[in-house]
Amino acid sequence: MRKAEETFFKALMILCTAAIAGVLFLIVWTIVSRGASSLSWDMVSKIPEGGYYIGKGGGILNAIIGSIYITVGSVVLGLLISVPVVLYINVYAKKNSLLVNLTRFSFDILFGIPSIVYGAFGFTIMVYFGLKTSLLAGVVTVTLLIIPILVRAMDEVMRLVPDDLESITYSLGATRWETAQVLLRQSVPGILTAVLLSFGRAIGDAACVLFTAGYTDSIPTSVDQPAATLPLAIFFQLSSPIKEVQNRAYAAALILTVLVLVLGLAAKYFGKKLSKNKI
Amino acid sequence: MIRERLITDKLAGGVSRTLTLLSVFSVLLLGIGLLTRSIPVLRQVPLTEILFSTEWKPMKGAFGFAAFILGTFWVTGIALMIALPFSLLSAIYISEYAPYRLRQLIVPLIDLLAGIPPVIYGVWGVLLVIPFIQDHLAPHFVQFSTGYCVLAGGVVLAIMIVPLIVNILLEVFATVPKELREASLSLGATRWETVKKVLLRRSRPGIIAAVVLATSRAFGETIAVLLVTGSVVQVPHSVFDAGYPLPALIAANYGDMLSIPLFDSALMLAALILFVIIILFNGVSRLVLYRLEKQMA
Amino acid sequence: MSEITPHISVKNLNVHIGDHHVLKNINLDIPDKKVTSFIGPSGCGKTTLLKTFNRLLDRQDNVRVEGEVLVDGVNLYSPKTEVTELRKKMGLLSQRPFPLPMNIYDNIAYGVRLHSKKNRAEMDQLVEHYLRAVSLWDEVKDRLKGPATRLSIGQQQRLCLARGLAVEPEIILGDEPTSALDPVSTQKIEELFLRLKENYTLVLVTHILRQARRVSDYIAFLYMGEIIEFGPTEELLLNPKEKLTRDYVKGFLS
Repeated sequence: MRKAEETFFKALMILCTAAIAGVLFLIVWTIVSRGASSLSWDMVSKIPEGGYYIGKGGGILNAIIGSIYITVGSVVLGLLISVPVVLYINVYAKKNSLLVNLTRFSFDILFGIPSIVYGAFGFTIMVYFGLKTSLLAGVVTVTLLIIPILVRAMDEVMRLVPDDLESITYSLGATRWETAQVLLRQSVPGILTAVLLSFGRAIGDAACVLFTAGYTDSIPTSVDQPAATLPLAIFFQLSSPIKEVQNRAYAAALILTVLVLVLGLAAKYFGKKLSKNKI
Repeated sequence: MIRERLITDKLAGGVSRTLTLLSVFSVLLLGIGLLTRSIPVLRQVPLTEILFSTEWKPMKGAFGFAAFILGTFWVTGIALMIALPFSLLSAIYISEYAPYRLRQLIVPLIDLLAGIPPVIYGVWGVLLVIPFIQDHLAPHFVQFSTGYCVLAGGVVLAIMIVPLIVNILLEVFATVPKELREASLSLGATRWETVKKVLLRRSRPGIIAAVVLATSRAFGETIAVLLVTGSVVQVPHSVFDAGYPLPALIAANYGDMLSIPLFDSALMLAALILFVIIILFNGVSRLVLYRLEKQMA
Repeated sequence: MSEITPHISVKNLNVHIGDHHVLKNINLDIPDKKVTSFIGPSGCGKTTLLKTFNRLLDRQDNVRVEGEVLVDGVNLYSPKTEVTELRKKMGLLSQRPFPLPMNIYDNIAYGVRLHSKKNRAEMDQLVEHYLRAVSLWDEVKDRLKGPATRLSIGQQQRLCLARGLAVEPEIILGDEPTSALDPVSTQKIEELFLRLKENYTLVLVTHILRQARRVSDYIAFLYMGEIIEFGPTEELLLNPKEKLTRDYVKGFLS
């Protein structure tokens, strides 16, 4: 009887696991099969021409470049802020002090806040400063979104480094900043993974940039111009009643999926590779 | 040389500390920012109407969010009901039964699933889930369905949160010491009984934490549900009804926002409501977790 | 006793960690260029006392230190003292060897690079010098750029010693430095200590009484956070004055 129960559940479990793996392939296959046929060189090399959304020519270069601008900008800005914070709670502050615990707690909360809320908040900031939808607003909002991701991922990696390392560097007469550098060097693979992770999140998010970066058919030439993004490009094309345009949405989805998958694989690859001198 | 090093040290410390303090305040800042923009509509419309009325006619100044709040709960509820069993069973299999090689293969696959952008899920939902519901599922139950319904939203969301739950569960299961499992097995229990009586009991706090995180994610998911739930302002009465979750509301009406009076304020309020729901939910579950962990210690 | 010139002078030291009064009214003079060992049962505070010497205790939360610790007459705990420079004076050898996550060469060079600028040739010389000083040169000279973690544990501990010596301390602190090592490596480290005391003051924490006897000139016996007795090795071990000391020492040296 017990054996029967076990066999039953084991079969169920295998089914579930297979289902999950299967869904991944299903999704990728669906996107590829629907999107590949509409994929053309024009799509990635041209911006939308007039009437693009009702079927005329052009491509989504505006969205591709816009997404790249926003993603790179926000990751750089995000790192500038999150690295000092992580170093502060791991090196400068006394372990387990109130500030450290409060900070980790705050970032736990921030981590769970959905991107639409960040988008709405970004909007309120924009209005407050009298800005229009722009590349800058988009970058700032996406940065807010990914800082908790960066902090959390990097913090996890740094906490793994044994305390002994700090004792050694301090007893050799290092300052806290110098010790932090040793800690950073030790955590490079983890940091890289965090960066690639947040890259993936930033490039795929629509809710954040909807209010803030706006949308445009051209490629922004300065930070106060609106910028198009891939997820929004997909969304808008999908909402069009014209089959041709909808198909292009699938192609755009394919491009985005490929980008994200490459990023994900790169994250895993580099994570494994960069552990030569580690403890 | 020592002076320069000390100055660098102090400078770096000061900058880091400032940024850290700012981060701690940012949660408050978020709330306050949204609140300030929501005040206009809060002043006009009584809170009871906002939270409990289903009348949503922005042009007439009627801002009842109940339909949207309920829509969010419907979609999230469906997603959880689908995702939980799958994730739990799968995680148990991967952690306790699967051969090493298989595990090496499956875990990265699940991570990849986790990284797919929501909009892609939405597109896939439109391509596959909607037609399936419309043509194959709904006819058994209802007269007419376009396929755009809360069930579709729930299904898509479920797939999105499965990798999240599985990941956390795998971590949690890994913290249960091998010796505990061995002790149970050497008393003659089967692997499944060990799972039921030892592993799951030990992992209860972790499982709850995973569910909480996944629920928060589901509450806030915007674009995937926007594409498949139908965007009809009504309270769903069955899974085949269309719905309009809160995040979808905010995203979909962005264009009209500034042309109707108080509409933009109402949307900011919607974001605030979402923010508050998620924080309250997280807070309550943290409390529950804390109690549970104390009990188990 | 009147001959010793104290290198470190502890006056009325009291240390509280949280609610725990870990060190009580410590008064002690550590003699210059001699080996002093701290012995005592687990939890008696000997490692804590050691950590007050290089202010590594500062890094823990909830620590309160009262009293003075004077090194060459300067109080370590005065607000004016620059901790970084101070720590350079004290080398630390931990219980478990902990090479830095770098290659062997950089392990030695790390500390040096913090405090001074040396060109390639000078650094090469320095690295060789200190590796020779710990009898490690011949064993590693062909793989200076290899990861330090590949060394055996005894070699790693000698590397850590060389690393500590490279910043030219005056005092060497050892926190049970051989407890993780095999007997042969332990012997090598002990021989090093005996050579080093010509130029450095050594303070060691150990729970192996035989080691204390082999290596030290003076012993301090701690019990429950207090110094029960302090004196020259042979005197304390063979002719202890206090009852507690007698009880502790008796069982081990039979």
